[in-house]
Amino acid sequence: MSILSTGPDSLNRGPLTEDIKALKGIGLTKQYGGNTVLHGVDITLKAGTVLGFIGENGAGKSTLSSILAGIKTPDAGEMWLDGAPYAPNGPASALNSGVAIIHQEIKMVPRLSVAENMFLGRWPKRRGRVDTASMAEQAEAALAVLGARIDPRRAVAGLSMAAQQEIEIAKAILRDPSYVIFDEPSASLGQEETEKVLDQIRILRDRGAGVIYISHRLDEISAIADEILCLRDGRRAMAWETGSVGKDDMIRAMVGREFVYAHQAPQPAEEDVVLEVKNLTRHGVFRDVSFSVRRGEILGMSGLVGAGRTEVVRTLAGADRADAGTVTVEGRAVAIRNVSSAIREGIFMVPEDRKGQGLNLGRSGGENMVLPWEKTLTASGFVTNRTVKRVEREQAVELDIRGNLNIPVLFLSGGNQQKVLLAKWLVRKPKVLILDEPTRGVDVGAKAAIYEIVRKLAAAGVAIIVVSSELEEVLGLSHRVLVMAGGRQRGILTRDEALPDRVMELSVP
Amino acid sequence: MTVPTTNTIGPKAEPGARENPFSGSGQEPLQTRIKQLAKSIPGPVIGLIVICIAMSLLSPYFLTPNNLINVLSQVSYIGMMAVGAALVIILGGIDLSVGSTMALSFMATAFLYKEVGLPFLLAMICGLILGAFIGLVNGLLVTFGHVQPFIATLATMFAGAGLALYITNGNPVIGFPEWFLGLSRFRLMGIPLQVYLMLLVFILAALWLRYRPSGRQLYAIGGNEEVARLSGIGVRLAQTRVYVIAGFLAALAGLAVGARLDSAQPTAGSASDLLSVIAAVVIGGASLSGGVGSMFSTFIGLLIIGVLNNGLTLLNVSPNLQPVVIGVVIVLAVISDRGSLPLKRT
Repeated sequence: MSILSTGPDSLNRGPLTEDIKALKGIGLTKQYGGNTVLHGVDITLKAGTVLGFIGENGAGKSTLSSILAGIKTPDAGEMWLDGAPYAPNGPASALNSGVAIIHQEIKMVPRLSVAENMFLGRWPKRRGRVDTASMAEQAEAALAVLGARIDPRRAVAGLSMAAQQEIEIAKAILRDPSYVIFDEPSASLGQEETEKVLDQIRILRDRGAGVIYISHRLDEISAIADEILCLRDGRRAMAWETGSVGKDDMIRAMVGREFVYAHQAPQPAEEDVVLEVKNLTRHGVFRDVSFSVRRGEILGMSGLVGAGRTEVVRTLAGADRADAGTVTVEGRAVAIRNVSSAIREGIFMVPEDRKGQGLNLGRSGGENMVLPWEKTLTASGFVTNRTVKRVEREQAVELDIRGNLNIPVLFLSGGNQQKVLLAKWLVRKPKVLILDEPTRGVDVGAKAAIYEIVRKLAAAGVAIIVVSSELEEVLGLSHRVLVMAGGRQRGILTRDEALPDRVMELSVP
Repeated sequence: MTVPTTNTIGPKAEPGARENPFSGSGQEPLQTRIKQLAKSIPGPVIGLIVICIAMSLLSPYFLTPNNLINVLSQVSYIGMMAVGAALVIILGGIDLSVGSTMALSFMATAFLYKEVGLPFLLAMICGLILGAFIGLVNGLLVTFGHVQPFIATLATMFAGAGLALYITNGNPVIGFPEWFLGLSRFRLMGIPLQVYLMLLVFILAALWLRYRPSGRQLYAIGGNEEVARLSGIGVRLAQTRVYVIAGFLAALAGLAVGARLDSAQPTAGSASDLLSVIAAVVIGGASLSGGVGSMFSTFIGLLIIGVLNNGLTLLNVSPNLQPVVIGVVIVLAVISDRGSLPLKRT
């Protein structure tokens, strides 16, 4: 036993564990102001394995990953890399030591080429000039390892999220990292693209890298992980040395109590049609979309990323203009020219990007909620602080929003942000409520709460359209499912017909 | 082998406790409480107090009522323009043409009065309408022309300045009606009318920004234009309206200056005036990226500019050095304001 090992119980406490190469953190602690987000957490990432990393939002996963990747420094604790002390003083230093992180929100310079983005900050030079040829060659090689078919010389602008993700992974490969952390890589990807990312991670693992895979999608964790670590409230809650762990067990560890994550059968819908859409078309984007939604019905919209679902609902909500087709609300043909005319007809949309399109991050919860309604909040037309607070309080109770609503929503957790965004569109009762990816980046607890809200609204007679890339979510919530692919409508299935393989079949262009 | 390893599993944190990473817990020592109180006083106010104290120590004439009224009087026209500029900046745009609009609109008034023979009151109204019209041009260029505000207002600035010179071939116009000049000499409780006019403009704008939906929208649009649009706000209408207001207020400022000097100068509203306007807004704490700012803070910024210029003159500092001092103060103001809300999450 090495004299360096400490701690009474676990053999894993020392920096040298058997002969296995690993990235270890011991007793990592981090505080912000008076708030401790990590309480002495231990983590061991062995080379050649994938560690699934789960936990609710706010549990400390991002903070722990940031510390491992050199983005933040711990207030206490130590780290060891392959047996040697590891204390990076910045992400560059961590990269040089062989630890890379792939963030959830990828930022690239759109006008530069793929290769230039991959070599950002360290463009190779030859005789004083940037060596574009060598850059492109190396970029191509890295992309080839992943099986990505992207021309390294083209500009990044216009590439899909999925392609950008591949580039980001290739960028990490170039540095030949020993350890790679993936922070919710599938958050903005559809089923097929996620499969690809998982394959690429397997490639990395087989090449000997240790991979941390952070995700809320528990089936992905089961699919890819060799070991699983669960954090709760900044502490280790549970760890498994296998990837095949039941979902219920994972959820119980994340949430700390018995939790039934079962989709209940939705209430039956009423007969009268609220929204009727015929041959809705936007040139070059989607064509001939036709469907109807009844009072109290939940229509799910399924399909791969890029199938056109968001575009269709944006057109219904007035964010974009249709080129052809008719929209009828409660039997009356309506012309939706802009968002305010859609609102007037009772069609409200909760957009998919809550930070970029849904909420004003610098303003408080109450101010965000009243934004579409300021003109009609009071009889006098003057908006006072008291009025805003009243709305805020009512909605907080109605939707069970925890978290300080007096501070900018920037500081709220993903789940609470989403609730504030929902509250914004429930200040007045909609006729048709469109929800675009309502539980993206939201933890399990808040997810269940949001489903409850949706079901209550349907029971109250609101016609609801839910766009979601999570098949289980769509199937669990909807009465019927509309499947789109490549801008065309492929079919509308009833709940019984909407089996996963059938939906997938229709989703593939 | 599959035995799960656990460390302590603590109780779930209270709701709300983990939401704000910057909130303290429970009882705070007196020292931190004083610090928090000090932090809540806006930096610019502290800056103003410091500068006033410094000036009163350096010059015996500074703190006299006569001088202080002078300060307010001298910055009145800048203040009126600053309100317009601040509104545009809160929206997320910028208006570089306020100075030239001020000159052009009053030149037009003078021209209509002297050369065309219109009654002065009518000429004044035409001048104000012209100011609003220039604002309309700016607004349309930005909203429908999709021209960046900086470029659009830069263009109107040059065009406006040129037109102002063209109208009378570069010659100033003098000799306005007595009642008009009397307006600027009129004093209520010792304070000239233009100061009241400026204060009225500030107060009306502040009330509008806080209580009327159309005013509050400026913050929403400045914060995130797409969010505002998706919330049903008529973004283009709001943008155009704000530029029109800025143009109108610039014309109003022109009237104030003209009444004081009894002349219409084609080179009025020059670069140093524009600098003072933007400086007042920025020193007050508005962010040039939009969504942040207030009439009160702009007023404080205005006072800082006024006090600095006045104080430096009392100390016999060369007028050429005054913009240098303003420049330094702008940088200091922006640097010291780093304690405010970070716009990106780390």
